[in-house]
Amino acid sequence: MNNLSHTGRRRFLCAMAAIPMAWLEKPAWAERTQATLGRQRLICIGSAVTEIVYALNASNLIVGVDTTSIYPDAARTLPSVGYSRTLSAEGVLSLSPTQILCTEDAGPPVVIRQIQDAGIQIRRLPAHHTFTGICDRVIAIGQAIHQQTRADQLKLQLQQQWARIEDEMQAKPFPSTTPRVLYIHSMNPSQVMVSGQETNANAMIRYAGLRNALDGFKGYKPLTPEAVIMANPDLILVTDQGLQAIGGRSQLARLPGMERTKAILRQKIISMDAVYLLGFGPRMPDAVLTLHRQARTLLG
Amino acid sequence: MRQVVSPLDYSAWGARLGLLLVGLTAFLIAVNLGAVDIHGLDWLQVFNPQNGYEGASYVLWNIRIPRALLAITVGAALGVAGALAQSLFRNPLADPGLLGVSAGASCSVAIGIVIFDGFRFIPTEELRVWAIPVFAFLGAIAVCFCLDYVARVISPGSIAGLLLTGIALNALAGAVIGLCTYLANDEQLRSFTFWTLGSLASARWMMVGVLVGAIVIGWVWIRTLLQDLNALTLGENIANHLGVDVSHLRTKVIVLVATLSGLAVAWCGMIGFIGLMAPNLVRICLGSDQKRVVPYSAGVGAILLLIADTIARTIAIPAEVPVGIFTALLGGPLFLILLRQYRSRLD
Repeated sequence: MNNLSHTGRRRFLCAMAAIPMAWLEKPAWAERTQATLGRQRLICIGSAVTEIVYALNASNLIVGVDTTSIYPDAARTLPSVGYSRTLSAEGVLSLSPTQILCTEDAGPPVVIRQIQDAGIQIRRLPAHHTFTGICDRVIAIGQAIHQQTRADQLKLQLQQQWARIEDEMQAKPFPSTTPRVLYIHSMNPSQVMVSGQETNANAMIRYAGLRNALDGFKGYKPLTPEAVIMANPDLILVTDQGLQAIGGRSQLARLPGMERTKAILRQKIISMDAVYLLGFGPRMPDAVLTLHRQARTLLG
Repeated sequence: MRQVVSPLDYSAWGARLGLLLVGLTAFLIAVNLGAVDIHGLDWLQVFNPQNGYEGASYVLWNIRIPRALLAITVGAALGVAGALAQSLFRNPLADPGLLGVSAGASCSVAIGIVIFDGFRFIPTEELRVWAIPVFAFLGAIAVCFCLDYVARVISPGSIAGLLLTGIALNALAGAVIGLCTYLANDEQLRSFTFWTLGSLASARWMMVGVLVGAIVIGWVWIRTLLQDLNALTLGENIANHLGVDVSHLRTKVIVLVATLSGLAVAWCGMIGFIGLMAPNLVRICLGSDQKRVVPYSAGVGAILLLIADTIARTIAIPAEVPVGIFTALLGGPLFLILLRQYRSRLD
């Protein structure tokens, strides 16, 4: 401090004096809330929710999303409130939302309570693995953001698309029996997690006219190598992200029990983007068709 | 042997003042930092609410201040619990985790989330918020009774026996957690995993009140035990000859450790490292007189957790990072620096 020149010292003192002045200024919160009165500010939690809001052309209302909202690309540039199960009350409130649209898994419950207590409306959309569930969500979100007309249009579009897809699948059924698909959720060699019944992967497999190679359990479970050999799937379904994590298709055969299965011996492997395949957003009919077509291409 | 004299040695007052200043600074920084911008007027509104809290003053009063205070009280509780456990076992690596208390809490939470399906049968949201903390606390206390039973009946008077019991209980709890993990569906597994990561997000004034009460009552009780704990550092037999009732002392310490760490774990999940770190930091700087180690561990634990939580909730605004990452990131290097500085005192 000794070597500060006079001007330097004066400047320093002025700066020091300015700090309390700045501190007593009008709070940013109030300004922001006033500026945004009359305009909705949405936080979307869950990739499907975000995609539906984009599909309703209402993306200009979104002020924040969670980590799973990575489609469309524009959503990645929005502020992220983190992982849907570990939200931070203050982080969410700092974006001054007027409404939060979230899936059932948003939490922790205490934080949801804190946000509600602060007077923010939270709309939870029930979990589902069905096409009708997507239509219901479109309508619910349309009502929440006062875009009922657009929501009705989008629902109609989806239903028409769905009908076309069903027609195509029925027109060209698989030549022999229904192909059996093994969906691999995570591919850590020490613990391969696969999909049983009542999962989003299982629903997608059935919608695409295929059959889950595994019966007799629910949810995602670690699998013994012998059960893989027993199941002997015709097809293996994985996500791009999962493949990337283990280092590509060549590594699949190294998973315990996988080597001798029909799918690996004949290289019948389908890989799709995780959010596209499992997100159950407005792109779901499209994803079902992609899965069906790829399976047909591979199995002839 | 290079003797390094730390400035803290000149007087206990220096250490007290230092801790108080650091703590106060950390608290002021913590309540002024966060995702929501806070200005002077908001503070005026907090201290003088004209028409209730709204906007930033709402955040301050209902979210940020209770959270900072919860970090302080939980940190203090964990620090004290760690110091007590270490002095009881005469082992610098002991902490509530070693006794199996944290594992007991985790185990019952895993059962609650998986077997009772996240307490869905509880009708109101109001009550459901309480379910997991109550379960965690019961788990911690159950382990505490097991330990006490073993200490009195199976291997009376042996601290090694207690340590082995702790290890056995840890293994048992681990097995139950493993089974629940296997049975869990995707959603249950995730909620349990995030519970084990620990978080102070659930802070409320009520929790702060309960913890302050527990710490104050605990402290009144602990003060009467410090002399005996000092005697215990010489070994169980010598302590017995000095007139310390070791088995009684052990029971009291176990109850204290379980209650303090049980309360902390119940509301905040598993926050590791503080209970292990704080007492060791104090011992390295101020020597191993329990009359100093226990209270200063509370102070150091409180400051460490407050700083860690402040970083956790501000580094990725508007998202939040698990606090456990930062307790370890802060504590580890600090520990190594101090070890180098005071290595002569380790013996």
